[in-house]
Amino acid sequence: MSHVWTIFRRELTAYFMTPVAYVYLTIFLVMQGLFTFNLGQFYVREQADLAAFFAYHPRLYLFLIPAISMRLWAEERKTGTIELLLTLPIPVGAVVTGKYLAAVAFTAFALVLTFPIWITVNWLGNPDNGVIAVGYFGSLLMAGAYLAIGSAMSALTKNQVVAFILGVSLCFLFVAAGMPMVLNVFEGWLPATVMSAIANLSFLTHFSNLQKGVISLADMIYFVGVILMWLWATRLIVETKRESG
Amino acid sequence: MFVLMEARGLHKNFGTFEAVRGIDLTLKKGEVLGFLGPNGAGKTTTMKMLTGFLAPSSGSATICGQLVTTGNYKARSKVGYLPEGAPLYGDMTTRSFLRFMASAHGIAQEEAYQIVESAASAVHLENVMEQRVETLSKGYTRRVGLAAAIMHSPDVLILDEPTDGLDPNQKHEVRRLIQAMSVDRGIIISTHILEEVDALCTRAVIINKGQIVADGTPSQLKVMSRYCNAVTLVVLTEEAEKIASAVRRVGGVREIEAANEGTYVRLTILAQDDVDIVDSINDIAGLSNWNIQQFSVETGRLDDVFGRLTNDGGY
Ligand SMILES: Nc1ncnc2c1ncn2[C@@H]1O[C@H](COP(=O)(O)OP(=O)(O)O)[C@@H](O)[C@H]1O
Ligand SMILES: [Mg+2]
Repeated sequence: MSHVWTIFRRELTAYFMTPVAYVYLTIFLVMQGLFTFNLGQFYVREQADLAAFFAYHPRLYLFLIPAISMRLWAEERKTGTIELLLTLPIPVGAVVTGKYLAAVAFTAFALVLTFPIWITVNWLGNPDNGVIAVGYFGSLLMAGAYLAIGSAMSALTKNQVVAFILGVSLCFLFVAAGMPMVLNVFEGWLPATVMSAIANLSFLTHFSNLQKGVISLADMIYFVGVILMWLWATRLIVETKRESG
Repeated sequence: MFVLMEARGLHKNFGTFEAVRGIDLTLKKGEVLGFLGPNGAGKTTTMKMLTGFLAPSSGSATICGQLVTTGNYKARSKVGYLPEGAPLYGDMTTRSFLRFMASAHGIAQEEAYQIVESAASAVHLENVMEQRVETLSKGYTRRVGLAAAIMHSPDVLILDEPTDGLDPNQKHEVRRLIQAMSVDRGIIISTHILEEVDALCTRAVIINKGQIVADGTPSQLKVMSRYCNAVTLVVLTEEAEKIASAVRRVGGVREIEAANEGTYVRLTILAQDDVDIVDSINDIAGLSNWNIQQFSVETGRLDDVFGRLTNDGGY
């Protein structure tokens, strides 16, 4: 545990060491605001809740989250510090976990900074803050799944841009599987069970309850399962990519 | 003497390319083992296997009795490693980087302060503790890497080209540090700089194309040189021709090399294998009435041994 903490602390500090972090946080907040208030028609809906805010998260995260995870491993490989890191008396699993949790913490920090939106709804009306809390929790959980995928993609390359593009592409598959646009293509010639299996693979499907404030065991298991699977994949990639320097 | 590290039959293949082909090593306490070889000989690859970064294709290494594997992180705590080029986290300050390394080595917070400061002062980093590592000069970067490698008092230090890219003063300084650190541990340094071996190493291993071609103390290796027991005479230029032809007739002389040094000529007289020509030359020089400025016997030259063992075409 202390191993994970050591890695976590260094990694989280590293996020805030570069000006890029502050540029990123600004973009994150501007995008959130833009989507919620303009595209989400926050005022037009005349409802004091954050449904419009959360509804855009799966799509927003598609680009925002791989940008957080892209440097996790690619940077280490590019600068050669991976050799330093993997010769420390720390198990690889702890390194993978510590780095991942740092990315989650950074994301959580970015989410916390959206609090003015929450203040706004509370000022305009009387929202159910329990629903909002579950929404935030669900959003972070989903972001965690994006980050786990992004971490594995970052481990594949020493180029951060490549890691970003791979991350966006793979996350897109996980989002697209639940889009009506995609599901409609299969409608009619695939049995309904297969259809729902495909939809069940999607972040959209499992986030839909959470964003409404409903916590179900199935959704929890899904997200935690996706996260563990991709962290395991990250570890496997890190282990096998030692050879290529 | 106490064996700290042992490697048996280390092999490493990258695809079909055999980078390391059967390396055996033993490192004892107090030894500074020089790992010599031309670029691409497999020094770095071997060190990566010794530190558990790379898994060998076959063979194994133990450190203090523990098997080194990519999964055995406990064995890694016995090693201090300076990877080639000393990669460091550039975005951290020297102090925060060393603190991180201390914590990674399981040093408790309360002790860490003292340990970091004393490792830093051992390599004279006091003035750059709050500076970002990426803004440091090459010499300082190397020293930060060294401080990180020695901080947890490892039994074995593995330093991959620790003086590469440093200026002569910095090289001297780093060598002095390594020597000071060798007292109660074992050190392996790789280099292709031969003067380093004479200055620093108690033993040297020469590798070429992934295999050991020589192993011994620097003086044992020098014996393999053509210049071992060669006699050097510095004589007046006008007498050089006469002396050279007289010496050439001495039994056991293989070859004479002449180098012009203005009013003097330096004659290096090489002996045939296993023949001692020193006395014969001394005799003939004493009998003749030559004006000899300098008479000396060489112990041998490492660069000659190195060149002959590692040049393609061989001996
Ligand atoms: N990851 C790798 N993949 C393929 N070949 C490699 C890899 N690492 C090293 N090599 C090759 O192995 C040989 C030995 O390299 P290295 O151990 O770095 O030599 P040295 O440190 O003695 O200069 C070189 O020919 C090098 O190109
Ligand atoms: Mg090398």
